[in-house]
Amino acid sequence: MGNKIDYSKLDLKVGLEIHQQLDTKSKLFCNCPTKLISDETKAARVIRALRATKSELGEVDEAALFEYKRGRLFEYIVPGDASCLVELDEEPPHPLNREALTIAIAIAKALNSRIVDEVHVMRKIVIDGSNTTGFQRTAIIALGGYIDVPSGRVGIQTIALEEDAARKVKEEKGIVTYNLDRLGIPLIEISTAPDIKSPEQARQVAETIGLLMRLTGKVKRGIGTIRQDLNISIKGGTKIEIKGVQRLELVSKIVEYEVMRQLRLLEIREELKKRQVHEDDIKKSLIVDVSEVFVNTKSKLIRRALKKGAKVFALKLPKFKGILGMEVQPGRRFGTELADYAKQWGGVGGIIHSDELPNYGITEEEMLKIFEKINGDISRDAFVLVLADAKKALRALEAVRNRCTQALYGVPKETRAANPDGTTHYMRPQPGAARMYPETDIPPIEITNDILEEAEKIKPPSPEEKISELINKYSLNRELAEQLLYSPYISLFEELAARLRNKISPTIIASTLTSTLKSLKSEGVDIDKLDEKAIVEVLEAVAHGEVAKEAIPDLLKYLAEHEGASITEGIKALGLKRITMEELVKIIENIINENADVVKTRGERAFGLIMGKAMSKLRGRIDGRIVAEVVRKKLKEFLTST
Amino acid sequence: MSYEDSLKGYSGKLREILESIGASIGARIRVKRNGEIYEGILMPRHGFAGKQILVLKLDNGYNVGIRVDEKVKIDLIAKAREIKFETAPLAKQRIGELPRVFILGTGGTIASRVEYETGAVKPAMSVNEILDIVPELLDIAVIESETILNIFSEDMTPKHWEIIAEEVAKIIESGVSGVIIAHGTDTMAYTAAALAFAIQNLPAPIILVGAQRSSDRPSTDAAYNLKGAVITAAKAPFGEVVIAMHGISSDEYIAIHRGVKTRKMHTSRRDTFQSINDIPIAKVDLRTNQLKLLTNRYLPRRKLEEMKVRPRFEPKVALVKVYPGIDPEIIEFLVDKKYKGIVLEGTGLGHIRAEALPVIKRAIEEEIIVVMTSQCLFGRINMNVYTRGRDLLALGVIPGEDMLPETAFVKLSWVLAQTQDPSEVRKLMMTNMVYEINPVHRYELFPRWYHGE
Repeated sequence: MGNKIDYSKLDLKVGLEIHQQLDTKSKLFCNCPTKLISDETKAARVIRALRATKSELGEVDEAALFEYKRGRLFEYIVPGDASCLVELDEEPPHPLNREALTIAIAIAKALNSRIVDEVHVMRKIVIDGSNTTGFQRTAIIALGGYIDVPSGRVGIQTIALEEDAARKVKEEKGIVTYNLDRLGIPLIEISTAPDIKSPEQARQVAETIGLLMRLTGKVKRGIGTIRQDLNISIKGGTKIEIKGVQRLELVSKIVEYEVMRQLRLLEIREELKKRQVHEDDIKKSLIVDVSEVFVNTKSKLIRRALKKGAKVFALKLPKFKGILGMEVQPGRRFGTELADYAKQWGGVGGIIHSDELPNYGITEEEMLKIFEKINGDISRDAFVLVLADAKKALRALEAVRNRCTQALYGVPKETRAANPDGTTHYMRPQPGAARMYPETDIPPIEITNDILEEAEKIKPPSPEEKISELINKYSLNRELAEQLLYSPYISLFEELAARLRNKISPTIIASTLTSTLKSLKSEGVDIDKLDEKAIVEVLEAVAHGEVAKEAIPDLLKYLAEHEGASITEGIKALGLKRITMEELVKIIENIINENADVVKTRGERAFGLIMGKAMSKLRGRIDGRIVAEVVRKKLKEFLTST
Repeated sequence: MSYEDSLKGYSGKLREILESIGASIGARIRVKRNGEIYEGILMPRHGFAGKQILVLKLDNGYNVGIRVDEKVKIDLIAKAREIKFETAPLAKQRIGELPRVFILGTGGTIASRVEYETGAVKPAMSVNEILDIVPELLDIAVIESETILNIFSEDMTPKHWEIIAEEVAKIIESGVSGVIIAHGTDTMAYTAAALAFAIQNLPAPIILVGAQRSSDRPSTDAAYNLKGAVITAAKAPFGEVVIAMHGISSDEYIAIHRGVKTRKMHTSRRDTFQSINDIPIAKVDLRTNQLKLLTNRYLPRRKLEEMKVRPRFEPKVALVKVYPGIDPEIIEFLVDKKYKGIVLEGTGLGHIRAEALPVIKRAIEEEIIVVMTSQCLFGRINMNVYTRGRDLLALGVIPGEDMLPETAFVKLSWVLAQTQDPSEVRKLMMTNMVYEINPVHRYELFPRWYHGE
């Protein structure tokens, strides 16, 4: 649908916030290394709660209050090799990491930004537990600037340096578990002005800024190391924050789908207006226990819930018939939006609504009984059911009621989270502006000429400069150099090329990192399952002559499909062990003997046939050129001997 | 906003410029420099006087520092606006229904909150403010409060102990179920020990409470520590001076430590306070709000008429840490200055180098009381094992048993304010008045330290 929409008419405005982890030796406010620890068994565990504190003016931030009301506890996994008392909020922060500051300044310079003269670290209230302190430490490093992309110049508003949040591991029974290894890894946050006017431009900006940061060689690579937030608005709509987009490919889709959602919500508003739905009608609507209806129900879903002690509560939505079934994003209906509210505010598993009934074993008869109980009109009204205890159900349905009231006004102000398919779901209310106060434990840092000079040294080159460098230094062709530049692997390439260039050509490394991975992906291989370590091991195996370069795609595919498998296992499983010359000669002699008749009649023209048979047996185990050489030699020998 | 200085932290040329345009902290100003424009609220500078950098709060909430030189032009956009502080709402207390608990403010992290606009720390200890921060307390007790001091705990002196003790005694006489003292953590254990000696035969527990994370932070420990203290004040069967702080790093339970046996053992952790050579008397489970006694060895609440209040401390008492090569002149100085008591924090079982013996002899001859404790903290003094100990005993040094050096120091200050008769002082110092001495050291009292596995 994207290409049918004229975004300029909609007055589309998009701002990007790009968060990229920096590859520093230690964290932003302590001396822990910036690595993740997968083994949790030895780590200490600590349980905490957070409170919504009041601002000086006696105000509580809405987003903070939302979290506090959920009453959750937080469990922190504290791996000793990547976290200390600072992450645990048991020791004051150390002074700001100078290496991180230097990298941030270098990137700011490349974005034509003005560096501030003195950096002041702030506390930004976040009480979802992802920061043990209840706030994220963040500091503006530079203001202003711009970036040019093919579809036009986009302004930069701020460049900040901040600590990454703890890594969420799981959430169950009101306890959210986080690992502290990620907390405190330096992040650079680049916020653009809302100058972006199309989904494509959003993608270009994200891509170009991503590239620029990678070109410093000082940023982390791999999934989860870069995250984009988007602010999207259209005429008549609302500025919506969308958090946590990890894939570049999704950026344009998220914009498209959000525009779609806002347009649909505006249509719903018009429809509700036409139906003359009033705010009071919704607000007056009661939450009713309708468990009785289901005493002898055939619905397994409901029977199971009732057995567990839950009840069925219903909320009537006057004149909403058909609205809940309206699609707002691909695969997401207005009812799905309501379900998000119920889940987030009430902690329930979801909702059932009348626009999707009969379904889930709920019969038409039961539906009618519910309408009767809630005093509703099946031809006009809708209802929402929640299966939970009274307290949760009440919170969930109240949230649903509030959301429906907001539908009368269009697009409610929300913070949403990205789904893997580019749609989004409701996360929480948007935080207010008054949630920022000074971090008094960290002295301000004056930006001196020393730091500016240091930063100048690692300021990333322009893309064109980098392409020339790749062509000249590694003899890559231009196309490959360009592909590499826009891949996430530019730094990995330079590392490998420097280390392995005498054993494997940089062109092979580059094409492995670009076209090989791309074609594997188009074959349907999940290349996200391949970590850098796996790619490095495969290229090293080629460099050390353990396997032939032809084996690269098969090996990568194997490693992607067998998570945790070692390269040795891969080589073994695929029969890729490089064979010796004696074995090779023997195999080829056998093939020639097995096809002696054909060889005799065709003579040397039988080369193609023998070669084909040989390669089908040997692919990946030895270089094709060597096979050809041996085939040619052995054919000649065979023919002269007979 | 009112500040003692309306341009706090600004000096020199920059201050002159700001004064000339009529800007004060909180004013909205615009700064122009080489075509760059910055606009925001003028913030105070902290602790880095002399720098010609002004701090602006931008509209996005961030602060940034901007260097000011001759080329910079600063305009006043709007004067500082008067900020009306929202007063905490009036709490509905269940008077007559629940036990009365009094919270006495003396300062420290627990009694303060950060001023959001400036980051400055200001006291906040009215009843309504407390109940606004920890509304759960409404279901536990009827809360009353008063702030008598507002000082950092490092500034506490024996004079302050006297003021607090007198005040606490008065409050107890009014018939409360318990008194809570909000106190800075640095010297909290000293004040706790002081109160334990100053007010004996307590009809109500006295609970010192503090915070390692200030109450304006979402992760504050203040609310839980306070809750633990209030539950203890309302329900505890003992009449002792205790410290209520996090037992472990988790928000799981509040340990109720005996004041005379407690020490701040970590610079920053929530569970910094730990009982040394003793166990906590009780703990308060934060999920169930139950007070659980951990021992029967406590002083029970006494009748009000049995309470003994003697809130005086001798200021001329010193606590001296022994170290290799310690110069005997340090002790000589104290003798010359007419000190009345010296607590030595000796090495090991209670030792000091031979060169110090003559001056200790002189001190004791001049009727100065010398008490020996150990810098090991854990374990008991025993001066019979080595010759040095025996020599010190022979000189008249009083062995401090397993008392913490800090407790021995406070106790000696108190004893010397009651009597100056050396034999009487010796007798009192060796008397176990409020369980400051633990005659039995169970194996488990020494913590298991982390050895990497």
